[in-house]
Amino acid sequence: MLQIKNLHASVEDKEILKGLDLTIHAGEVHSIMGPNGSGKSTLAAVLAGRDGYEVEGQVLYRGVDLLEMAPEERACEGVFLAFQYPVEIPGVGSIQFMTAALNAIRKERGEEELDVLESLKLLKEKLKMLHMDSSFLERSVNTGFSGGEKKKNEILQMAVLEPALAILDETDSGLDIDALRVVADGVNALRSPDRAFLVITHYQRLLNYIVPDYVHVLVDGRIVRSGDKELALHLEEYGYAWAGDREPVGAST
Amino acid sequence: MGGRSRASGSLDLNTNVSGYTVTAKTSDGLQGYLESFKKLGNGRGGPEWLRPLREAAMARTVELGFPTARHEDWKYTNLSALVKKPFSPTAAGAEIAEADLAPFVFRGRESARLVYVNGRYVPELSDSCSQPGGVIACSLADSLKFNRELVELHLAKHADYENDFFSALNTAFIEDGAFVYVPGGAVVEKPIHIIYVATRTEAPIVTQPRNLIIVGDSADVGIVEEYVSMGGEEYFSNVVSEVVAGENAVVEHYRVERESMKAFNVGTVRVQQARNSNVACHGAFLGGGLVRNNVHLVLAGEGAECLINGLFMTAGRQHVDNFMRVEHASPHCDSRQFYNGILDDRSSGVFSGRIVVLEDAQKTDAKQTNRNLLLSDEATVDSKPQLEIYADDVKCTHGATIGQLDDDAIFYLRARGISEEMARTLLLFGFAAENLERMRLSYIRTYVEDLIKDKMPQGRVLRKLG
Repeated sequence: MLQIKNLHASVEDKEILKGLDLTIHAGEVHSIMGPNGSGKSTLAAVLAGRDGYEVEGQVLYRGVDLLEMAPEERACEGVFLAFQYPVEIPGVGSIQFMTAALNAIRKERGEEELDVLESLKLLKEKLKMLHMDSSFLERSVNTGFSGGEKKKNEILQMAVLEPALAILDETDSGLDIDALRVVADGVNALRSPDRAFLVITHYQRLLNYIVPDYVHVLVDGRIVRSGDKELALHLEEYGYAWAGDREPVGAST
Repeated sequence: MGGRSRASGSLDLNTNVSGYTVTAKTSDGLQGYLESFKKLGNGRGGPEWLRPLREAAMARTVELGFPTARHEDWKYTNLSALVKKPFSPTAAGAEIAEADLAPFVFRGRESARLVYVNGRYVPELSDSCSQPGGVIACSLADSLKFNRELVELHLAKHADYENDFFSALNTAFIEDGAFVYVPGGAVVEKPIHIIYVATRTEAPIVTQPRNLIIVGDSADVGIVEEYVSMGGEEYFSNVVSEVVAGENAVVEHYRVERESMKAFNVGTVRVQQARNSNVACHGAFLGGGLVRNNVHLVLAGEGAECLINGLFMTAGRQHVDNFMRVEHASPHCDSRQFYNGILDDRSSGVFSGRIVVLEDAQKTDAKQTNRNLLLSDEATVDSKPQLEIYADDVKCTHGATIGQLDDDAIFYLRARGISEEMARTLLLFGFAAENLERMRLSYIRTYVEDLIKDKMPQGRVLRKLG
């Protein structure tokens, strides 16, 4: 589904990703772990199409050059990024926003657009599935939300938009255990043979709830180690320094 | 302020217009107005008691002269196009039919509708009301005949024709406009709608509508003043509205500007508030080529509260100058000002917000914010808060921002599949929504909301999103 080859990315001449390779197949859950400043969020931003990065290398998504696509095209093709810092948008109602997003994506898929009532019905179903209350549908997008609410809202959006490839950028950071469960349950409920996840996290804790098929360690812009979930436990015990001490190993499987 | 003495007595307005003892400079652009004044019998039309008022106002008009950029309150607005342009006095133009008005009518949701075409009241298109002892909404010309006592008590008692040129000019030409009277204790559930329509005329015309709105003690009413072009291109409307809010009265006043991009509009709303009254002045300024929007409230009675809430959206070469003045004249009054601007192309905008707290106005709580979005590199806005505080126990805050749409927010929306244009539209609407949410009358809010959506690139899609 996703093939990243020798990906470099820099901001204002500072190189952040220094030749990253990663392959993800449909149905897999990959986790990327790494210390602060290792390039985790840059990877997420580059995959979602954020401006401001100089990018080299190749990213193929379902065989197509992802880097050539505008952010909205990527989203319409099934790429979803759960933001580390979801943006507050005062004055734009959550229902308006979700309906606009849903219809843009449905249109791309050749499906009928939904009117506001239909989309509200769908939103309520998803809220129920995620055991979330519906109060934030009445509020402006992320406006005045707590950190946990914002992250839960990202998961709601993911559940509604049903992406093929979901990238979660430190969605677990700063969450209490209840919010963490909502996030993890949301991901687990959406796991399917057609869908892949790239879970970027700083802490091993999340992986107790979302069990990854592969764990990669990102240090200084490169994947230095890959393994299964045991690798995450090892990291927890020995720290990132241990992973970084070793020679970089061949990236993904 | 107000250092000049009244000169009306010394001028003989009956003799000869060109015999005015005025300097060449102050008479700039006034010749046409003076001739019109003469044709109107030098202020003699209508009831006799109006004559001294009109004469005094004309004299003051001449003395003050059109304001120039040297005048502190007119620093950012160049009136030379208005001064140079000759305008004919109110003239009949193309007529409109009731069907033409359909998009402007809140069917079944107005308690009265007063329609003016090129400044003239059109009874056939209007739905006035004037029950004895009840709510009155009719033309000012009629009220001059039938409600003289009420009119005389308040007309020109508040608008500052001594110091404000355009108020003086309007007062000199007082002839028609809207008259609204809500007796004490009356609650008018549906708003009163006043529509000024400009149609095609042979030559550019000037109209001087004068509105007088009197709201009795503990009464509650909503008033919508709307200015629209229906074929009218280049013309000048100089409007003065006086609003008198009695003790504990609640007034929700709206001004909707949707005129042609060549129209000149100077509108002055002057509100006088008694004790514990609560007045909101809302504005949606979407049209007009050169617009001056004066809102002047005086919190005269203790515990009075006011809200000034407006949005201006400009494009092309539009210029909208918002000039707000709130006078705290009594203790324990609250004022809130929220004005937001969205400026595109080569348009320009001004926000001046003056808060004056007089000596006795202790425990004043005044707040003012002005936020502006510039959508093009060539659009400009000048924001000027001014505080004049003569009391010592007050809370006054002000803030102004000028910025662009938030790139992070645009990216967030695009990352959800929303096109860049639609993302911008949503954010613009979100910016405007802050003002819309403060409009209490829900279907007026919806009406204004749709007008705003129609001005946006993806407004049609936005409308479908509800």
